[in-house]
Amino acid sequence: MDTRYPGFADPVLDAQASFRAVLEAMSRPGRVQAVVAPPELPPGLSPAAASVLLTLVDAATPLRLAAGTEVEAWVRFHCGCPFVCDGAAFVLDPGATLMELEAGTDEEPERGATLILEVAALEEAGGWRLRGPGIRDEHRLRVTGAPPGFVAEWARNHARFPCSVDVILCAGARIAALPRSLRIEES
Amino acid sequence: MTSAAAKPSPPSGGRGLGEGGAQGAYAHDTGYNFAYLDESTKRMIRRAILKGVAIPGHQVPFGSREMPLPYGWGTGGIQVTASILGPSDVLKVIDQGADDTTNAVSIRAFFRRVAGVATTERTAEATVIQTRHRIPERQLTEGQILVYQVPMPEPLFRLEARVAETKRMHALADYGLMHVKLYEDIARHGHIATSYNYPVMVDGRYLMSPSPIPAFDNPKMDRMPALQLFGAGREKRIYAVPPYTAVRSLDFEDHPFRPIRAPHACALCGSRESYLDEVITDDRGGKIFVCSDTDYCTERQATKAAAE
Repeated sequence: MDTRYPGFADPVLDAQASFRAVLEAMSRPGRVQAVVAPPELPPGLSPAAASVLLTLVDAATPLRLAAGTEVEAWVRFHCGCPFVCDGAAFVLDPGATLMELEAGTDEEPERGATLILEVAALEEAGGWRLRGPGIRDEHRLRVTGAPPGFVAEWARNHARFPCSVDVILCAGARIAALPRSLRIEES
Repeated sequence: MTSAAAKPSPPSGGRGLGEGGAQGAYAHDTGYNFAYLDESTKRMIRRAILKGVAIPGHQVPFGSREMPLPYGWGTGGIQVTASILGPSDVLKVIDQGADDTTNAVSIRAFFRRVAGVATTERTAEATVIQTRHRIPERQLTEGQILVYQVPMPEPLFRLEARVAETKRMHALADYGLMHVKLYEDIARHGHIATSYNYPVMVDGRYLMSPSPIPAFDNPKMDRMPALQLFGAGREKRIYAVPPYTAVRSLDFEDHPFRPIRAPHACALCGSRESYLDEVITDDRGGKIFVCSDTDYCTERQATKAAAE
């Protein structure tokens, strides 16, 4: 199946701007960043998730995807990545749980997957209490529409450090990241 | 584009060569992709940087590319800088604290040509600072990224030559060997005789080489507001220290870590706080001590001149 939806308007500079947003999000967990999105999107994909895929996923990164055929065709054309069920480097699948994904090994923890998680809304006030590298004292992040039991599962995910999974939360054109080093408390 | 919007826009004007201030954005040489590297290389390096940030202090392998300068001249740092740099960034490059040495001047000229970015010699104006072997004296801020050029990323390599073995030691957080080395220093010299490349623990988990910065600079890494990225081109490793992350220099309770500095004042600006270089002035043994950080020194001299 072909796609009629475009990628970044400016593939080089839009990818750079989006990467800096992801880098900022990953180095200051809980700080919400806006990304540059493609002008038009296949149904079933948020602008933020589209931007993260275009910025980081390519032929070298197996992707586990469950977002419908339109999205699959779009990703296949623009990212050219292999689609897999197990051992994915990037995951965009609402059915995926942290503990079942590739977590890397003690010697090569960087092989742990990155989960792209679509949520309803992100807000820098109230909600979770975040602590860890990248945070001076404490950051607050209110995530609307996170999977039920996410915080408890995150605690198990964090306990495996340095092996683990990193998460990029996407809501509309905004992202926040949860690196594996992060501790989350529900308030 | 919050991240870009938060940054100061490149200052206009001030293009005169040799001036301390920012040189405005140049047109980028369209014979090259923006910032020299191709997009798939940038994606690969960007993924390595993100994993490095998520696992503070862990060395992430990456496919280091041939760069148009030899290994040992900052190929790792340049690849990291090229992968993060955008048109609205202002780049500063220092070599042992100085903005005006060959390496720093050539790398600035390289990025002006291939990325058309504005460059500066002023620490306060820069959004990205690439450094060889120093941390600027001025406290860095949240809007800045410090990129280190790293010759040897493995802190244990003089103690254990086998890479497979050092990987295992990092996996097990087994750093006894380094403590024994520091202990032997004390037994032999009465103090820890490591004055640069002094090993640090990052967030209490990974032993990390701070690159050959003087031990004097180690305390600046601890809970620094700026993001710190490290690139080793020949050894093909990238690692990172996120902002506000605990970076502790290894020591013993009875032999605490002490940053060392020459006990003099700078001959040019009079600073008693900054890290000093010894400069030989004649062939009769004459010498002076001056700040290694040229921007810090120039700024202090200007303030002093203005006050008089």
